[in-house]
Parts: sequence; structure tokens; C-alpha cells
Amino acid sequence: MTVTVRNPLSTLKSRLGAACATAALLLAAGSAQAADLNALIWCDHSDPALLQPFEEANNVKVNVKEFEGTGAGLAIVEQSQPGDWDVMVIDSIDVPRGVEKGLFEPLPEDKLPFVDLFPEVKMDKSTIVDGKRYGITEKFGYNTIGFNKTKVDPADMQSLASLTSDKYKGKVAIYDYYLPVIGMAALAIGKKTSDLTEADLPALKAELLKMKANAKLVGEVTASQTALATGEVDILVGGGEWVTAGLAKENPALDFSIPKEGAVLWSQSLAMFKDSKNKDMALKFIQYIMSPEGQARLATSSCYWGMPANNKAALSDEQKKILRFDEQPGFLARAQAYPAPSADLDKKMQDMWTEMLQAQ
Amino acid sequence: MAFTGNSRALPWALVTPALAWTLLFFVLPFIAMGFSSLTAHEGGGFTLANYSQFFTDPSYWRAMVNSLEVTAIVTVISILLAYPFAWILAEQVPERWQRLALMLAVLPFWTSYVVRSYSWLLVLAQNGVINRALTGIGLIGEPLQLANTRFATVTGFVHFFVMLLTLTIFANLKQLSPSYRKAAADLGAGPVRTFIHVVLPLTLPGIMVGAFLTFVLCIGDYITPQILGGNNELVMPQLVMMQIGRRGDFPLASALSIILMAVVTIAYLACARWLKIERA
Repeated sequence: MTVTVRNPLSTLKSRLGAACATAALLLAAGSAQAADLNALIWCDHSDPALLQPFEEANNVKVNVKEFEGTGAGLAIVEQSQPGDWDVMVIDSIDVPRGVEKGLFEPLPEDKLPFVDLFPEVKMDKSTIVDGKRYGITEKFGYNTIGFNKTKVDPADMQSLASLTSDKYKGKVAIYDYYLPVIGMAALAIGKKTSDLTEADLPALKAELLKMKANAKLVGEVTASQTALATGEVDILVGGGEWVTAGLAKENPALDFSIPKEGAVLWSQSLAMFKDSKNKDMALKFIQYIMSPEGQARLATSSCYWGMPANNKAALSDEQKKILRFDEQPGFLARAQAYPAPSADLDKKMQDMWTEMLQAQ
Repeated sequence: MAFTGNSRALPWALVTPALAWTLLFFVLPFIAMGFSSLTAHEGGGFTLANYSQFFTDPSYWRAMVNSLEVTAIVTVISILLAYPFAWILAEQVPERWQRLALMLAVLPFWTSYVVRSYSWLLVLAQNGVINRALTGIGLIGEPLQLANTRFATVTGFVHFFVMLLTLTIFANLKQLSPSYRKAAADLGAGPVRTFIHVVLPLTLPGIMVGAFLTFVLCIGDYITPQILGGNNELVMPQLVMMQIGRRGDFPLASALSIILMAVVTIAYLACARWLKIERA
């Protein structure tokens, strides 16, 4: 017989957490019905143009809760009752974190259009755990160089070295998310993003500090997008189609490049919760999002654009042109995976990012 | 007056809702946060590592220094701007216009905090109103970097807190009996001496209440530095938020929050003399 002795602090913490979660759910009771679909999402899924067709076709209400960052998303799940949530949008590299916590349900591959996905974005290393697939990539893009082609020499944007050159000092913004930008720093020093170890941190830090010395600001999505769109800066490190495509009509001068060193591939996946009370509807939702129509709507969501994972997405020619759809095979061949560090290395990378932000 | 029998229960009955509210929404969450701050992110065992990280990592420590510097600058500038403003409102504006003037003074409170911060970003931007005006009249050749700096963060804060301090100082000035000034004049003091030796000391409680509120709200604010500061330096609330986003490190975020709260408590103790509720 095994006796498990829990740390008293952990016990008290979990009981207090449970009490708070119960109180919150009691307060929220009545706001959601069992027939509804409850989705933990990123802002691109809250676009009515994406959700309404599904709701009308299936006579269901999709209740969405937006979150930023996997940690924040998983915290919401932990503070909820099992079965409260049906589907979740998650960074593809973080699917295993949800699986480790026992949250996700394996997806039926035969009922989803895996054959139509760009092969490079299936992300099997992350979305398949112990032989079972728990996530399906729905949207992807690049953390690379976003720029205003009327203000910079587009030829310079073919090299990551331009980001640290004096020519563009004070003209640069950095996207405030440590993993992709550290990935770009790795590419700049000739390292593969998938091979990064603790030993690489000093060289990565030196590269990040050089980027910071050239930068006017380090901003989250809205701030960095605004800075590029308003002319505050001419280059966005970590930018890509997710920044420039949605603004293409108002500001056709905005563009992105995949430099010779490569770019970092970002991808987001959909996962279904193991404890969902509405698995059939959850699967229908995933099927809808992955359908050519759903993919086109998701790719051109009002929050941000991105490449649809399904190569049969029903995009117009103009939309394909803005997303540079036909150039994807070449881009994908040069793109490298998002860094997927261990928990310990992840912490060290975030601390390195903090040091970079504080550097004067 | 002494409470006896049923009447003794009445005061308790009256304060019970407030006590319950405080217990449920302050004491319990605070205890949970305290325990969380003493647990490891991975594994959940007892640890002091979350606190030691703050005291040993210079970039974490720097966030507190930045927070204190920004808060001190904002508080001092806000007092210097708010005092004459409140004095003009209380002493120079005719009584019948004071209510309207006060309403106009607090008008910025009516707009969303986020919207107000983004508005400042546009005003201070390279192509913003200020840079265009300065380049237009030929004062500068190249636009100044005003947005995404500490200057921008301080400007956004001051815009808000001047209003707050104006209210507390104005209320204090209005309570001041004219007899004090008359007595000072009778004793031969000029307007400057009267202000320095009579009016200013008597309005110190209004200044300190406003300064304390400014300190508390400013040091705990995430939005203004995030939007206007351009992340070129981090303050404590930004550091707290950073721990939660991707990694979900609530123990470290809790420890940093408790340290921040300790600083606010020290500020309270320093100002406690002026923050007492005096009974008539």
C-alpha cells in the first residue's frame, strides 16, 4: 500500500483554489447551458463572421473566452469544473502540456482533413503523444521580419543582420514574445531552433541585446502592429503576415520577408477536452474550422490574419495574394520550428528576455 | 453611550456585510496568494525560491527600482501641478462656477483608461500632434522620441493623477476657514508667508491623502507603462504579468505581488499620520 503525503501548503492552496473556483462557478451558473459549446480561444476565433455560420447551421451558441498565453489558458481550465470547456486553441508546441495534465481527448484522424494540411505544419512531434493525436493545426505563419517597403530597402530585409545594423537604428520594434524572437536570434547566429540548449543562452543573449540596442520599442501584438502601421518604426522583428496581411488594404506598403537565414514557424492547434459534455458538437466545431470555408474565415479573421493549415481553404485570389499563398512551399522549406524548450530552459529563456527588456 | 443586550448586536450586524466582503474578496485571496508564493512552480513543494529570485536577480530588482522611480516622479509632478490648480479653483473661481470647473477638471476620469493611454500614444508618436507642431514651427528638425519612453509613461500617469490630487487638495482648501488667513494678516504676514506657514501646513492632509492614493494606484498599474512605455524598461506589474502569460508561474507572480504589497504597506505607514479618519 502506498501512502501519499501531500505538502500541507499544497493542500491548503488547492482547497482555497477549489473554494474560489466553486464560488466563481456558482456566480456564473446560468450563463452557460449544457447545449452550448464552450471554447477557450484566441482573439481570431471571436470574429462573428467565423462563428455565426457554425451557430446557425448547428443551432448552437458558441460561448468563447479569450486568453493570451498557454499558462493563462491552462490556469482557466484548472480553476473550472471538469466538463466546463469543450474545445481549446493552443500553441501547437504546447499540446503536450495539456496532454500531460490529462485534459485532452484524442482526435479521430479519419474524421478530420489531415490529408489536406500542408505537411510541414502537421507538427506531429507536438500534436501526437504516445501514438495518439491530440491537436490539429488550424492556422500558421511566420515570426520573421515585417517592414514598410517604402521606408526600408527590401533587399536588406533578406538578412537578419539588418536588424542589428546601424542603418536601421531606432527604426525597429521587437514583438514582445520571447520564444519566437529567441528563435530568430538563434537563426541569426546560425543555430537551429530545435537544437537550442542552455549552453546557447550567452550567445542568444548577446544577439538579443544587439537587437534591443537598435529598437525603439518592444511591444505586444497591438502595440507593435500600431507602431509599424503609424510609421513609428519601419521594421518589426518577429512580425509577419499576422501583422501585415490584415492591414494590407489600408497600408499596402507593409510587407514581410523570409530572410536567407530562415524564419520561425508559428502554428496554433485546436484540441478537444476529455471531459467535454458535448463531444459530438466539439468535433463538429473542429470539422467546421478545418473545412475550406471555416479555414478561409479563420485565416482572414478581423483580429489577425494567418495562413490556413488546410491548403484547400476557400480564399479569394486577392486574399491568397495578400497571404502570399503560392509562395508557401518555398517559405515552409526555409522555416524552422518554434523553440520548444523544457520547463527549466523555458524559465531561463524568459529570465534572459527579462534581462533584455531591462537593458538600457 | 453604552450598548447593552440586543443593541450590542446591532453594530456587529451593521458591519457584518463589510466584514464578509473583506474576508471573501481580500483576506481569503490574500492567504491563497501567500501560500501560492511559498510553493514551487514545478512540483508544488515548499520553497522560498520565488522570493530569493526577486532579491538575487538584478533584472527583477530593477523592476522595483523602476516602479519606485516612476511613482515618485509622477507623485511629485502631480502635486506640483495639482496644488496651484486646486488653489485657483478654490480661491479664484467664483463659487457659482466651481462645480462646473470641477466637473471639467475631472472630465478625463470619464474616458476609458486604455483609450486614454492609446490617445497619448498617438499624441506623442513620431507623427503625432506634438512632433508635427514642433517640426512645423521649425523648433526641431527631426521628430523627438516621446512615445515608448519613461517620459510617455509619466505623462500618461500625470494626466490622470493631477485630477485625483486636485480633488483632495481642493476639498482641503475649501474646509480651511478664512479666519486663519485673516489672523496671519493681522499679525503682519504677507501672502507668501501666510501660504508657507499657514495654508500649506493646513492643507498637508489633503496633499498626503492624494499622494498616497497616487502612489498606490501608480505603483500597481500595468496598463499605462505597457502601452506608453514601449517595454523599454519593466515595472513590477509588468513583471508579474510576464510570469503568468505563457508559463503560468502563479507562485512567482504571487511572490512578486506580495513584495509589491509590502511596499504599499510601508508607504501607508509612512503616510498614516495624515490618513487617519478624524472624528469631529
